[in-house]
Amino acid sequence: MSSTVLALTHTADPGFEPPGIADFNFPPIFPDTPFDFVTKPLLASVLAAIIVFVFFTLGARKGALVPGRFQFAVESVYTFIRNGIARDVIGHDFAKYVPYLVTVFAFISVNNLFGIIPLIQFPTLARFGFPLVLAICSWLIYLGIGIRRAGFFGYFKSIMFPPGLPVFIYPLLAPIELIQVLVVRPFSLALRLTANMFAGHILLLLFTLGGTYMLTNESLVLKLLAPFSLAGAIGLTSFEAFIEVLQAYIFTLLSALYIAEAMSDEH
Amino acid sequence: MDKISLAGPLVYAIAAIGPGIGIGLIFAAYVSGVARQPEANNILRPIAFLGFALVEILALIGLVFAFL
Repeated sequence: MSSTVLALTHTADPGFEPPGIADFNFPPIFPDTPFDFVTKPLLASVLAAIIVFVFFTLGARKGALVPGRFQFAVESVYTFIRNGIARDVIGHDFAKYVPYLVTVFAFISVNNLFGIIPLIQFPTLARFGFPLVLAICSWLIYLGIGIRRAGFFGYFKSIMFPPGLPVFIYPLLAPIELIQVLVVRPFSLALRLTANMFAGHILLLLFTLGGTYMLTNESLVLKLLAPFSLAGAIGLTSFEAFIEVLQAYIFTLLSALYIAEAMSDEH
Repeated sequence: MDKISLAGPLVYAIAAIGPGIGIGLIFAAYVSGVARQPEANNILRPIAFLGFALVEILALIGLVFAFL
């Protein structure tokens, strides 16, 4: 027994390398040219924007009273966000913000679903820069709404000094609320998306790379166990599809909630 | 496996306990709420997922720190 173990350690000397952060760094597609900033995630995000644009343009072009199959699909995405998020969370005057919310939901969904679509198989938003831009968009929108409603000082006064609290609470509460609105909210929006996609992608990589490694290993036990790992990868792929759409929903829901809070008079 | 490569996963395992319990409590309350009053589902769903998102971010911050 010990001799086979020894032989194993000698033959499989590089060992299994677990996936890590290095798997999220892509080389430039056109190196040594002015376009060396173009990488796979950048192209994927551009492709996602095109897909979203074409999807909604084609769906809205005909505008038939009795929708066909495709138009029904487009309209059900739109209705889900409009009624499920915008109307229920924002309340009156929600119509202005429906286009932003629908676009953000569709863009994030498509970008996330790239994580399980063959040939692309990388969730673009696992790179922190992409969700950060989306979070900053939401941040600018809710700050803009609040400042337009109550004025610059009025808005920050309503955040930092909500009425009806004992006076000695305010020195504690005011900085916390200010930091939360200015820093924590956009940062947590972006971080939630990135960390979810990062974790999901690493999990898939672990199961597929591990399964491949076990299958190509010389040990018969590992060969027999490899199908379980690969089956786990298939199961996790469908779980990831669920998580990816759920995260797009949560991002949209939180954006709508922040907008609703900036719109309301009371804190 | 040296000590350094194990530290991150172990710390994250501890960090995931609290959010795990929290998410369990949130969905338990959501499920029992819908079971008692099925027509309240549409009102409860955004609230449940809001709580889920706020708890989940704690686990995800732990995950990020595990990789730092």
